[in-house]
Amino acid sequence: MAAEHTFPDSAARLAAGAATVPDEFQPEKMSLSMGPSHPSTHGVLRLQLEIDGETVTKADPVIGYLHRGDEKIAENMTYNQFVPYTDRLDYLAPLANNMAYAIAVERLAGVKVPPRCEAIRVITAEMARISAHLMGLGAFGLDVGAWTVLLYSLEEREKLYKLFEELTGARFTTSYTRIGGVTRDIPEGWLGRVGAFCDQFLPILEETLRLLTRNKIFMDRTVGVGVISKADALAYGLTGPNLRGSGVGLDLRKDKPYSGYENYEFDVPVGTSGDCYDRYLVRGEEMRQSVRIIRQVIARFPEGAWHATDARRIFAPPKDKVLTSMEELIQNFMIVTEGPQIPAGEVYFEAENPKGVLGFYIVSKGGGVPYRLKIRSPSFCNLSIVPKVCTGCLISDVVAVLGSLDFVMGECDR
Amino acid sequence: MSADFLAALRSRFPQAADRASADHPAVNVPLADVVAVLKFLRDEHGFDLLMDVTAIDWSEGANPRFTVVYHLLSTTRSGSYVRVAAPCGGNDEAPVAPSVTSLWPGANWHERECYDMFGIRFEGHPDLRRILMWEGYPYHPLRKDFPLAGIETELPGADVVEETGTKVVAAPWRVDRSSPRAVRSTSPRPSLAPRTRAGATASPGRTRRRCGR
Repeated sequence: MAAEHTFPDSAARLAAGAATVPDEFQPEKMSLSMGPSHPSTHGVLRLQLEIDGETVTKADPVIGYLHRGDEKIAENMTYNQFVPYTDRLDYLAPLANNMAYAIAVERLAGVKVPPRCEAIRVITAEMARISAHLMGLGAFGLDVGAWTVLLYSLEEREKLYKLFEELTGARFTTSYTRIGGVTRDIPEGWLGRVGAFCDQFLPILEETLRLLTRNKIFMDRTVGVGVISKADALAYGLTGPNLRGSGVGLDLRKDKPYSGYENYEFDVPVGTSGDCYDRYLVRGEEMRQSVRIIRQVIARFPEGAWHATDARRIFAPPKDKVLTSMEELIQNFMIVTEGPQIPAGEVYFEAENPKGVLGFYIVSKGGGVPYRLKIRSPSFCNLSIVPKVCTGCLISDVVAVLGSLDFVMGECDR
Repeated sequence: MSADFLAALRSRFPQAADRASADHPAVNVPLADVVAVLKFLRDEHGFDLLMDVTAIDWSEGANPRFTVVYHLLSTTRSGSYVRVAAPCGGNDEAPVAPSVTSLWPGANWHERECYDMFGIRFEGHPDLRRILMWEGYPYHPLRKDFPLAGIETELPGADVVEETGTKVVAAPWRVDRSSPRAVRSTSPRPSLAPRTRAGATASPGRTRRRCGR
């Protein structure tokens, strides 16, 4: 086995450099505000940097530009009404957010959804993962000067969005789940088209990754840059590809399976050195694994109901029944006006989303409205390590670090 | 399920009481024990990831009004969680809780968010300032007495005004010409508060959004 190589801690390197300069020649620090509309800050993140020449001596992320008060809003509407708001958390993978939220409420209500519904949710979540990683990959490439990758990845993402549109009626704001099920069953022939997408996607993915993986410029920009040690990654609550890039193999799909993930075989890629390059490699491999999961779901797609059938006060009855039967009409009316009736209690559910672990902590006092709903967003936690990682980096490395952390501000600011 | 660490926890901290929970093991601990309990769970039972720090406002008049809630996840026990909750100290206006940033540096932002949204002061926090709302914002929006529609406040930009002499004003549709003082009103307007009947929903669609951000 090759000896494990370590990269010098950038903050230590910075301190060592400063120590060689006598006090009277210490340069003046400059402050630089990067963002909130800087192309590499992927939305509205602002970094308040203190720089010494090209070296960053202090980095303070300023967030909240996209704060909409989702948690406050959630306290004032019924459970199903909040589903569209989850689209707008990680708006690059709305289907995965929809699923995480629905499962959290279902756990609280004690509702079990049938296998077909679970399979639909898994397939959509994995498609969302591919589309989110494609965007992350393209944007990361763009950040470090590799234009072409974005053109490839956006084209593939577009094909996925076509499939999303066919399934949910919307490309981005899918709002696909309901408490106790999904809005509609999959369309005729849709699985075949997803399978066809997977078949043509894998060679293109290899081609796309080949543009970067052994690319000299890309490696120079990312290998050994923005190193996050295993201990730091755990201490800052990093999750998802960022945690796995640092060598911790935590993947809730494996460690705490939900929605039937225990039925599918897939590998969890982990990095070794925790630098930007490792995080990139982990994301690349995760897309291959997602394709693997999707193929398994398609191969044994369960028949049967696609929503919970025994949850009368939670899932709205079929429309044809509503129009013809009095009881179902009342049931539908109650669910629409008062919301699904969820018992009192509290629940904390986390799902392995593309960006990391998305958690919902819901406190209910009974009835159709949550008393408190907290969204634990992966991007928020992943960004909290920026002050530590960016100190001692060059300004151009900050761009690479941000690209490799792959955050979404909609989710960070909520 | 994994009750072994709960038993160990109770023998070490007899004050810890079971917390009703349908999903993960949960304990209620006194505020003074929070740091010790979390350290115990992290160091001796492998709960190495602090997933979340948040708070619940049990609304005005409740005693205690605020509860802080911690969720820990273990990477070594194959995805087991534990929930630790503690009632906040201090008074309703300025609740306090101990900071756990000494255990997990990642608690920094979570606690800043709790401070921003609920006004809970975390003692021992290295840099307790607002994180989602801007510095100088006078309210804590996730408190139950804060109306959904928001309260009009002055926008940030005092430094801009001072330096340039240009006044930062709200967008025209928000200016209430009949009562300019309303901009500085400190009490929530009753008409804007979300109406919550037992079992019924508030009607967010019918309230006008007042606060800028």
